[in-house]
Amino acid sequence: MSPLTAPAPRAAHPPVQRTVEVVGRRAVDAYVELTLSAPEIAERAQPGQFVAFAVGGETSALLLRRSIAISTADDGLVTVVVSAAGPGSAWLTERQPGDTVDVVGPLGRPFPDPPPGARALLVGGGYGAAALVGLAARLRDAGHEVDAVAGAAGADRLCSVQELTGIAARVAVTTDDGSSGRRGLVTLAVDELLPDAGVVYACGPMPMLRAVADAATARSIPSYVAVEESMACGIGVCMTCVLPIVGEDGRTRFSRSCTEGPVFGGDRVRFDDVGSLPWDVVGADAMGVVAP
Amino acid sequence: MTALDTAVDMRTTLGSAPIPSPVLTASGCSAFGGELEPFVDLTAIGAVVTKSVQLRPRSGRATPRMAETPSGMLNSIGLQGPGIDGLLAEELPWLAERGVRAFVSIAGTRVEDFAELAERLRGVPGVLGLEVNISCPNVESRGEVFACDPVAASDVVSAVRAAADPAHPVYAKLSPDVTDIVSVARAVSEAGADGLSMINTLLGLVIDPDTMRPVLGGVTGGLSGPAIRPVALRCVWQVHQALPEVPILGMGGIRTGLDALQFVLAGASAVSVGTAVFNDPSAVARVHDELAVALGERGFASLAEAVGYAHR
Ligand SMILES: Cc1cc2nc3c(=O)[nH]c(=O)nc-3n(C[C@H](O)[C@H](O)[C@H](O)COP(=O)(O)OP(=O)(O)OC[C@H]3O[C@@H](n4cnc5c(N)ncnc54)[C@H](O)[C@@H]3O)c2cc1C
Ligand SMILES: Cc1cc2nc3c(=O)[nH]c(=O)nc-3n(C[C@H](O)[C@H](O)[C@H](O)COP(=O)(O)O)c2cc1C
Ligand code: FES
Repeated sequence: MSPLTAPAPRAAHPPVQRTVEVVGRRAVDAYVELTLSAPEIAERAQPGQFVAFAVGGETSALLLRRSIAISTADDGLVTVVVSAAGPGSAWLTERQPGDTVDVVGPLGRPFPDPPPGARALLVGGGYGAAALVGLAARLRDAGHEVDAVAGAAGADRLCSVQELTGIAARVAVTTDDGSSGRRGLVTLAVDELLPDAGVVYACGPMPMLRAVADAATARSIPSYVAVEESMACGIGVCMTCVLPIVGEDGRTRFSRSCTEGPVFGGDRVRFDDVGSLPWDVVGADAMGVVAP
Repeated sequence: MTALDTAVDMRTTLGSAPIPSPVLTASGCSAFGGELEPFVDLTAIGAVVTKSVQLRPRSGRATPRMAETPSGMLNSIGLQGPGIDGLLAEELPWLAERGVRAFVSIAGTRVEDFAELAERLRGVPGVLGLEVNISCPNVESRGEVFACDPVAASDVVSAVRAAADPAHPVYAKLSPDVTDIVSVARAVSEAGADGLSMINTLLGLVIDPDTMRPVLGGVTGGLSGPAIRPVALRCVWQVHQALPEVPILGMGGIRTGLDALQFVLAGASAVSVGTAVFNDPSAVARVHDELAVALGERGFASLAEAVGYAHR
């Protein structure tokens, strides 16, 4: 068996906390794209990283930060694409130009560089595609060929297809209901593009990440996935966001997806075991879980 | 900050250990401090209260580990941590190199575990003192939580006091989930606690209306954040009234300087900021500054003058 992917390296810069102004708001189908004037975050950000917003104002009863992937970070501007899932993300989508928000970032580990000369396949599910726009541009600028797949439940949940089309050599679109592109899951297109790929990057819902990572690993192609796990702080202090991750020493630990992720080697995430406590996780014995 | 701020003497002590600021992190809410370095000057805060450590590394519980609740959250982390060897090898040296004071929280499931941890921490550079997290199930008493039984709680505290470095103040961390918190406070004080940390989280539950099952992997979880502040303040008030000589490290829902002021007025000589750090990573430093201003505005020349003021 080939060795597992090298773990994503730490980010080059520590995060900052700033109150920043919303300078742009654009409704894009089911999502809202916000542009923030956040030069100190923009200059530090690397593709794959995210920001964490305080929501609801200073006396808000919603205490926990909301993590949102950075889509692009250029010229002092940071863009994010937000889907209104619950009260906190809905509040974010209601921000208007001129409003200010308290944001911490950039957070988490960025996508690592591809192997030299490798053609990259980028796979985004729903708003997860937004997180790949900055990466696609960086890879192209570094001379890599880029292919992209964007998938979603329906046409209104696709994201960043236009931006990716401007960068990638080939862009495939899939929807579950066939309302845009081909009917089916992203794996339909991934299976076709994978033979040409030297590295795969994916961002989206867990079942998609798992399917993409499994397909890449089956062909011995390194893959990196940006996971989305429930987070309370986003900065590594609360331990709520853990996933079972195989470490460099081959042992599985509950690793924080905010600081040790969100980008993990696709072959290092034990997707089957998310939400359970397997006996071979480091420290499971102290919880009374014994080897079968 | 303002002139008012610098005018107030904010120094205090944890037992016999002097600290320059009365505002500390809360155990489990700032990991081992390192992640807060980009946001606060860790050497300026009272101390980093570290995540409760046990003898062995612990994986913690399965996810989901948290649920947001009105003005708070429920957590069931399950004391994930590196174990005492990891703490001594990595986290404590990191803090000591930077001159950060560490108030080390220890936890266990039997009395001897706590004593061994206290012993291992004797003379370790950078360790200011110990906070004893007795909100753990006692394996020798069918899993009853130490903090809920004055006798079991005092057994732990006296064993820790006997094993610990004499220079380390030992604070017992109390649970609010008891009928009479004063009797537990009195018992652990008599057993040798140099101070009391209060309060730990309250036991709570959230059910997902869609799945119709408990949200948390651990089923129940600990409730924290501003939602519990009045309960915490009541506990501090009652204990200070009954035991005015016993120092209290107050916590539970502190988000602003005025929240911290309430704890000080009720009898706390220092405070921990926990869940609020998730909302604002610079909260510990901000609460210090806001508290200094609030004390100055009320005519206090020092923090010490305000401790327990509401009782007088
Ligand atoms: C690294 C990362 C990147 C993300 N990028 C994006 C993005 O680009 N666009 C976007 O719309 N959403 C993104 N999300 C998901 C987004 O964080 C959640 O949808 C949002 O926090 C939900 O908050 P709420 O108040 O609307 O919902 P609620 O369900 O009320 O949230 C309650 C609590 O649970 C946490 N939570 C709930 N669902 C999620 C989730 N799926 N992921 C993380 N935390 C959650 C929230 O932070 C909050 O603390 C990302 C999540 C992560 C971890
Ligand atoms: C995520 C989380 C983890 C915690 N872990 C610990 C712990 O390891 N040991 C401990 O004594 N208390 C722990 N606590 C309790 C806090 O230290 C504190 O007593 C409680 O949360 C009340 O303060 P707060 O409302 O400011 O958070 C934890 C709290 C939270 C929210
Ligand atoms: S979200 Fe708090 S540790 Fe990851």
